[in-house]
Amino acid sequence: MIHGMVDRPLEFTMEELKRFPSVSRIHFIECLGNHSKPEYKTVQETHGLTSCSEWTGVPLSLLLKEVGVQKGAAWVVSEGSEEVKGAGSIRLAKAMDDCLVCYGQNGEALRPQQGFPLRLVVPGFEGIYNTKWLRRIKVVDRYYMTYNDYGHIQKDEEIAALTFQWGPKSVITFPSRYLPAHWPGLVRRRRRSQGGSIHRRRPDLEGGPDSGGGTSKGAHPVWHGLEVGRTRVCTPVALHRRTGPGSTDASATRQTL
Amino acid sequence: MGASTMRSLRLLLPVMILGVCHAGWAQSPTYGLGRTPSAEEIRAWDIAISPTGKELPPGSGTAKEGAQLYAQKCAACHGASGSGGKAPTLIRSKSTSTASAPGNEQPCLAPCVREGNVMALHSPYATTIWDYINRGMPFLQEGMLKPNEVYGLTAFLLYKNGVIQEDDVLDAQTLPQIKMPNRDGYAIPEWKPGMPRPFSAKP
Repeated sequence: MIHGMVDRPLEFTMEELKRFPSVSRIHFIECLGNHSKPEYKTVQETHGLTSCSEWTGVPLSLLLKEVGVQKGAAWVVSEGSEEVKGAGSIRLAKAMDDCLVCYGQNGEALRPQQGFPLRLVVPGFEGIYNTKWLRRIKVVDRYYMTYNDYGHIQKDEEIAALTFQWGPKSVITFPSRYLPAHWPGLVRRRRRSQGGSIHRRRPDLEGGPDSGGGTSKGAHPVWHGLEVGRTRVCTPVALHRRTGPGSTDASATRQTL
Repeated sequence: MGASTMRSLRLLLPVMILGVCHAGWAQSPTYGLGRTPSAEEIRAWDIAISPTGKELPPGSGTAKEGAQLYAQKCAACHGASGSGGKAPTLIRSKSTSTASAPGNEQPCLAPCVREGNVMALHSPYATTIWDYINRGMPFLQEGMLKPNEVYGLTAFLLYKNGVIQEDDVLDAQTLPQIKMPNRDGYAIPEWKPGMPRPFSAKP
């Protein structure tokens, strides 16, 4: 159902929604909680609360034009039909931009845990806006401070803006913790203080990006230069364990995970 | 016109079907799809409560009434004292942690349920509490609470957390006027399509 500050409140069946013109687009959905903590060790933990799918559905802007949004409307409240009927406020400008009312995911119907039969996809906004089990959109004139909303409010306007619009992120997924690189031919240059000789070694990646996990053992994850032939390749590796000033414990570098 | 009202498959969940012809035959102008819901249907679905409280139904309640209801309907999950249950802490006190009981933490709620941050109090508006109890509580028995009961439970929680007095009567007029502790704790940034994300010189 779409109602509120509209000329024609309307209720659509699933069959009717599938008769509207549809688009299929690839979008990420990422949770606001997708960030690292000191105890996290793997990329799955530090960056894993996200996924990417091809979403198929009707542009919300098309549906809003069909119901006729009235002057003075500035927000929409989108609501789901699960037990707690999670609802959130979205700017009308975004609702009219690129939001999708989706029934398809990766070429098939939405899965139950993804909001079957209908969900909202709000590209580029934090995950909770992407209402699952969508049942209602109300067009309103203000921010409604729903349960979903108040859990994510920020006093600082700039920080608040970042929940509206995510930026790009990047992380090296391989090699990373528990995923060592076993590439023949990679060598590690010793630190200059040890004389600069080159040794063949299998790089064990004790630390991964973002991780401080090596420090408890005395090794430090750093960006370390490796030479592949004459090409310098940088990858995060653990330093050798220190056994004394100016020396390295070579055996430590052969730890396997 | 008749074809749409004779649609046999209704997969939209949950749908209130009155099964009678409705006044107002408006449909979507370009595609001729959809039906007009009746005013009663809209009212039944219209459970999102604005901070102005305009969707609040008639009714009233006090903390005393809410206390009994809380013991009957809420304590089983939220704890008799408002904490220590498997559901999030609702009543803040010095001696209790605001996290769910160890072993019962819900990972998604954990960022919001921190020390001193009882979930219900974090909203700048008391209408959020009424809205959420009404739409979603008790868990797995949603919809069983009448408006008077929701007013009573809201009053009880606000009283126990030191926001209102025990005898204050909450109704559709007084509830939106309550000044919550976090009333100024939010900013709604401007957003337009295509605008760059605002970064100042802050690190």
